[in-house]
Amino acid sequence: MSAPPPPMSLLAELTHRCPLQCPYCSNPLMLDPRTQELSTTEWQRVLDEAALMGVLQVHFSGGEPMARPDLPELVRHAAQAGLYSNLITSGVLIRQDTLRALADAGLDHIQLSFQDVDPASADRIANMAGAHAKKLEAARLITAEGLPLTLNFVIHRQNAERVPAMLELAEQLGARRVEIAHTQYYGWGLLNRDALLPDRAQIEATTEAVAAARTRLAGRMSIDFVTPDYYEDRPKPCMGGWGQRFLNITPTGKVLPCHAAETIPDITFPNVREAGLAAIWEDSPIFNLFRGTEWMPEPCQSCAFKEEDWGGCRCQALALAGKADAADPVCHKAPDHKQVTQAIAQRPQTPPPFRYRRFGNA
Amino acid sequence: MTEATGPTLCETTVPRFARGTRLHYDRVREVWFIQAPERAFHADAIAAEVLQLVDGARPLHTIIDLLAEKFAAPRAVIAQDVLAMVAELATKQVLLPA
Repeated sequence: MSAPPPPMSLLAELTHRCPLQCPYCSNPLMLDPRTQELSTTEWQRVLDEAALMGVLQVHFSGGEPMARPDLPELVRHAAQAGLYSNLITSGVLIRQDTLRALADAGLDHIQLSFQDVDPASADRIANMAGAHAKKLEAARLITAEGLPLTLNFVIHRQNAERVPAMLELAEQLGARRVEIAHTQYYGWGLLNRDALLPDRAQIEATTEAVAAARTRLAGRMSIDFVTPDYYEDRPKPCMGGWGQRFLNITPTGKVLPCHAAETIPDITFPNVREAGLAAIWEDSPIFNLFRGTEWMPEPCQSCAFKEEDWGGCRCQALALAGKADAADPVCHKAPDHKQVTQAIAQRPQTPPPFRYRRFGNA
Repeated sequence: MTEATGPTLCETTVPRFARGTRLHYDRVREVWFIQAPERAFHADAIAAEVLQLVDGARPLHTIIDLLAEKFAAPRAVIAQDVLAMVAELATKQVLLPA
């Protein structure tokens, strides 16, 4: 196989510590402990290597990345290496001084998460009293600082009806972008699927609300809409294809093709403590495992869309079909598609209580 | 792309990059990119020529003059291309009037 094209973006998960406990968190069920987190120097080396490889954007994420006191130092280092830096944050640790330190370090953009527009519901989803109010204040401080702001809303059955109000809030807060992202069902999201999975009418209503807002706000605010693939006919091109555009580094230095990849069994994940990032990207077994199309089973192998959706999501195939190299069960042609239709059919009328994301709760 | 709803652009407009967007030369791929919040757009050769002249001080008529001279092309043709491109980048929130 010829050398793969260099990655476009790096998701740097600085820590799994977070004051919030959202039940759809993209972090793995087994969270990395603080004592094993990469040091400042290790992250700086990784940022330099990423820039040299051709990574254009670094997304500082977590957990809550602002729980790391060295965040401004890492942002400054990224800027000096020529990387575009994005902070993906819950916002609850943003104050005038912590924000100023990041802006002065050269931070380019902030993506701020919201759980809902209704404060009581938002605080219940995050399992943190007062979180929503802190986020509103964070948004005000960010736009006052002049930093471009994206709001991120994760959508599910318990907040979907308020998508129009979410879009209005984003406009009022002066966001340049907003993401309306239906929950993805692996890890914590899968554990809480019955509490989160919307019905078809809710999907249609959110799709209409987004279309109407796109027309109304054209040129002022852009809207990214992530549909829940359980209701699609074809799978999503997860991460733009395995090992094609994206890499993820966990708090302890493991390098993954996507943030859910640690669920795949019997695989040794490469670590930046043991190898260089470029060598990991080009040569490690995990990145080559599902790169391209050669690994594909039928019906993917003879499918006309195989280089559009790249066979869908490997972690979803594992979670639903029990095999990471199966066709993504979301696809209507997949042999395990009934796993998806059953999950929809068997969804309880009343959502069960959340199983919150925290150390030891999986 | 729907019609631009931003401020109208004319040759006296002074364009600047919105905060959080910039032109970036990618030494690995040897191409220009427009870096923007959570995305990088590939900038073709013409866009890169125009955007290298965007400094928040030069009005569009100066940028057009410079490009017409550099490429020895009819000014009217260059003007049309530059105005269309700048208008499109304004709807993408990449460029703003200074």
